[in-house]
Amino acid sequence: MLRLEKRRQPSRAFAWATPVLAVVATMIFGGLLFAALGKDPLVAIRTIFWDPLFGQHAFYYRPQLLVKGGPLILIAIGLSLGFRAGIWNIGAEGQYILGAICGAGVGLAFYPMEGWFIFPLMVIAGALGGLVWAMIPGLLKVKFGTNEILVSLMLVYVAEQLLASVSLGLLKNPQGFGFPGSRNLQQYDSAHNAELIAGTGMHWGVAAAFIAVIFAYILLTRHQLGYHIRLTGEAPRAARFAGVSPTRLVLFCLGISGACAGLAGMFEVSGPAGQVTIDFNTGYGFTAIIVAFLGRLHPVGILLAGLLMALTYIGGEIAQSGLGLPAAAIQMFQGMLLFFLLAVDVLTGYRLRLGGATKEGEAA
Amino acid sequence: MDLSAINPVLLIASLMVAATAVMIAAIGELIVERAGVLNLGVEGMMITGAICGFAVAVQTGSPTAGFIAAAAGGAALSMLFAFLTQFALANQVASGLALTLFGLGLSALLGQGYQGIKPPSTPRLDIPVLSDLPWVGRIVFGHDLMVYFGLALVAATWAFLKYARAGLVLRAVGENHDAAHALGYKVVRIRVLAIAFGGAMAGLGGAYISLVRVPQWTEGMTAGIGWIALALVVFASWKPWRVLLGAYLFGGVTVLQLNLQAAGIAIPVEYLSMSPYIITIVVLVIMSADKSRAPASLGRIFHATH
Amino acid sequence: MTALLSIRGLTKAYPGVVANDDVSFDIQPGEVHALLGENGAGKSTLVKMIYGLVKPDSGEMTMTGQPFAPGEPKAARAAGVAMVFQHFSLFDALNVAENIALGMAEPPAMRDLAARIREVSDQYGLPLDPWRVVGDLSAGERQRVEIIRCLLQDPKLLIMDEPTSVLTPQEVEILFETLRKLKAEGTSILYISHKLEEIRALCDEATILRLGRKVATCTPRDTTAREMAELMVGAELHVPTRDTRAPGAVRLALKDLSVPSPSQFGTALKGISFEVRAGEVLGLAGVAGNGQDELLGVLSGEIRAGAGMVVLDGTPVGATGPAIRRRMGLLTAPEERLGHAAAPDMSLTENAALTGAERRGIASAGFLNWGRARSFAREIIDRFDVRTPGTENAARSLSGGNLQKFVIGREVLQDPQVLVVNQPTWGVDAAAAATIRQAILDLATGGAAVVVISQDLDELMEVSDRFAALNEGRLSDIRPAQGLSVEEIGLMMGGSHGMEVAHV
Repeated sequence: MLRLEKRRQPSRAFAWATPVLAVVATMIFGGLLFAALGKDPLVAIRTIFWDPLFGQHAFYYRPQLLVKGGPLILIAIGLSLGFRAGIWNIGAEGQYILGAICGAGVGLAFYPMEGWFIFPLMVIAGALGGLVWAMIPGLLKVKFGTNEILVSLMLVYVAEQLLASVSLGLLKNPQGFGFPGSRNLQQYDSAHNAELIAGTGMHWGVAAAFIAVIFAYILLTRHQLGYHIRLTGEAPRAARFAGVSPTRLVLFCLGISGACAGLAGMFEVSGPAGQVTIDFNTGYGFTAIIVAFLGRLHPVGILLAGLLMALTYIGGEIAQSGLGLPAAAIQMFQGMLLFFLLAVDVLTGYRLRLGGATKEGEAA
Repeated sequence: MDLSAINPVLLIASLMVAATAVMIAAIGELIVERAGVLNLGVEGMMITGAICGFAVAVQTGSPTAGFIAAAAGGAALSMLFAFLTQFALANQVASGLALTLFGLGLSALLGQGYQGIKPPSTPRLDIPVLSDLPWVGRIVFGHDLMVYFGLALVAATWAFLKYARAGLVLRAVGENHDAAHALGYKVVRIRVLAIAFGGAMAGLGGAYISLVRVPQWTEGMTAGIGWIALALVVFASWKPWRVLLGAYLFGGVTVLQLNLQAAGIAIPVEYLSMSPYIITIVVLVIMSADKSRAPASLGRIFHATH
Repeated sequence: MTALLSIRGLTKAYPGVVANDDVSFDIQPGEVHALLGENGAGKSTLVKMIYGLVKPDSGEMTMTGQPFAPGEPKAARAAGVAMVFQHFSLFDALNVAENIALGMAEPPAMRDLAARIREVSDQYGLPLDPWRVVGDLSAGERQRVEIIRCLLQDPKLLIMDEPTSVLTPQEVEILFETLRKLKAEGTSILYISHKLEEIRALCDEATILRLGRKVATCTPRDTTAREMAELMVGAELHVPTRDTRAPGAVRLALKDLSVPSPSQFGTALKGISFEVRAGEVLGLAGVAGNGQDELLGVLSGEIRAGAGMVVLDGTPVGATGPAIRRRMGLLTAPEERLGHAAAPDMSLTENAALTGAERRGIASAGFLNWGRARSFAREIIDRFDVRTPGTENAARSLSGGNLQKFVIGREVLQDPQVLVVNQPTWGVDAAAAATIRQAILDLATGGAAVVVISQDLDELMEVSDRFAALNEGRLSDIRPAQGLSVEEIGLMMGGSHGMEVAHV
């Protein structure tokens, strides 16, 4: 019989190895899934993981890696701070939508005026939009002790309805022949989040994601606030003993994750997406949760995990059009990745032992 | 706008239908949480149950077979969560989220080719005379069997927790798993069973949506009902009868806003559609004053150390 | 006559430690048998094997001549073994009857069970209301729940793990009466303790364990406490020494402190006032759950009270947070080492920064200097003889005694003006306890004011200048520690809390 024995120290080697193990296991089981759907598993795996980077049309797909990875990383970094402290904002999708609505709204308010100040104002509006949306669960939690998981999630559905409402009403393009959706910000220079270097996919949102990675890294390793975040997650009572104010920490973590998600939404709507539409949001806010865990809530890990997840998005699209693999299979594939990560993560804190004769434990 | 088009009898009758899915799923989660486990994967298990039930009902032509398959599907998916949290000792919040994300993908995959099909209809209770009574007939005797199943489930769960030995053990495990272990109770086994029950009930709830309430299959059709079921458990302070109350409240809001939409009231459709979610938040806030009832071991990882 | 339980060569090893090594002894019917040993001597592992919670690696047991190898507690209970745990075995949110039903193989209906509980509890002089919620009971009453749970099974062998650590001296007397009555009825009792006088008063036979081995069997009545202590510890004990000194100015003052408890089953503090002067040690006794945790929380700053209720060197600090108080020189060490005083999975370096950030210059402008934290951790390890491979090891990898030395050392080395410690030597071996007590006394000698909260009366008598007791959130009169009798202390702790003495 297999049994688990708690390690005296968390294993550093396994902390690095578990994400890799999870990816390998996902590839194997994903391959089996694709085989079950009647596709050649090797071709499918190659299409998803290899073709976007080194395939025939890689020149087109490589920039997409940053375009798709940017928002995922930015959102996941914000979420990871809260997750580390045991504060569960799972409504990033809603904050992403609000960031986009506010950012685009400010931009469109100035249309057709041109000016250097418009884009910075949109950035601020986007961040604030996400922040305010995340402050709702934050304030309810600190004031009334309301569960932030449920409130933040409920607000995703509210945000989706709000998005539909503004696409059909407030922000609707007056010259859009009655179609839902706003003006295209790509055609409005002052509000357009254009590529910084043509052909790379690098836009301001990607730059913000990289800055967030560095910021989070310094915060968590060098700053007292980051130490307090980690402490709260590991031992909440010890954190209070150390002098951490739970109220401030909840507001900080929710606020910063909301602002990051809002920024991601704003950069998306003013760049790659271009306009506010009913189906503007594509689930980045939820996928970012996978990214955060896959990166083991570590900034550098999240950077790598975000790029990997972007790869599965792009590869998934190629596999969808080229091999006829259903989009849902890719979604499942991503969910599977998180499953395997959580399953193998046990090896970081525990050792697997054979034999069932004795129960595990320490002498008392 | 014509509010007189809203018929109170039909409103109450359809409220009971609207409440059933969330009620069954919430009762399942209530048992899971009373055992000290927080499974945030209700939404994923519901949608999986919705497609499993739908597909099997369509294939066999039997709604009963569909509901059985839905319960089996939800329970099977919940075993992934049980493995992660009870054996691999993974964080319950993360594992529950993973289950939801995975379930949404899985259901979309299974549901390919089932879009736009009508499922066989679930029979209604039809007692001559009684079902034809005015008012009472429609509200008390005119529903499909799952509505009555839901009510019976609430009563049975209440009695189980209050009077049954197994219910006492379940509560003990949820209150203090170390003490339960020290007394020789199989904490992990009890929790796995509770999780399976929660999965089966979520599956049933999901199938009720796809087979009765809508009735057809579309991707992501549970639209947050699983999360509302989770909220309902908190609202109910982990008490079965209050789940019933909460579910009817939610059902009432849902049906009323649909009726108002149909009546063409001057509030935009989107704002009416978001109202159930907002009301859920408001209710959560009101109820959060009373959180003394949460099982003490809820969400904590259990690892036997002797 | 056949022994009730005969233990032969029981051995149990865990990775890195042999908990029990070839232990053999017999328990006769109707005998009160003491199992004596220090923390970590292997007492708990041994009883867990008897109770079926742990399987021995080798060795065997017989019960009235029949082989006895319980695979789980249920089997042990069926064979007539019952156990009263030190902790971890009651369900706060459930009522007394439910708690007792959980410990029985086939409980009767609740109504009948409640009647049985009343009957048995009256019979043994341990009155108890079956419908009360356990979380609201005092420590002594909670223990009664466990004892009655055991008695309802008509056990042949009753195991009691450190039963008196949660009782006042008067309550101990009531318990002993109950145990003597049980013995008279023919029940054997395995009594685990490290309190020598208790064992001499109660037990017929004693088995002494040291480092997992049986070192002696003796008859306590014929053996002096000192002889048993030396058998138990295996070395001469270092007794803390102190210099006499005249107390200085008032450092810490509590003025009519009243706060509700933050936790559901906690104890509110009611009207507590005291002053501690520089160079003085104030000892606060009390049975667990009488407001000790809350008092420490109020002093550390985790629980906020009215500003003027806590006064530090003349400054009201009752409403300020922990960081500010540390900067001002008020340091605290909570009872719970893992999870409260230290973060289990963080390294010793990180744990050194937990309270040392302010006073040791580890934090400046919000940024942390990990080099300084590491050298602080190193200093604690060196000065307090903390046994660990290094500063980067996780706190939970340390043994209880070593972690306690680390936690106390961390506060002592920050040169506090006022130090408050809760249960400084709980679960710590004798040598480490002596180190910790010496450090506390040295600190007072150096001019700090010290408050020691402890359940261990011997410890308090050893270190305190003045003495008081907490009882249901209230503080007794404060008396000079010297010359206090056990009876007086017992009354200060609340006597028998209104419990009646067993009418046997």
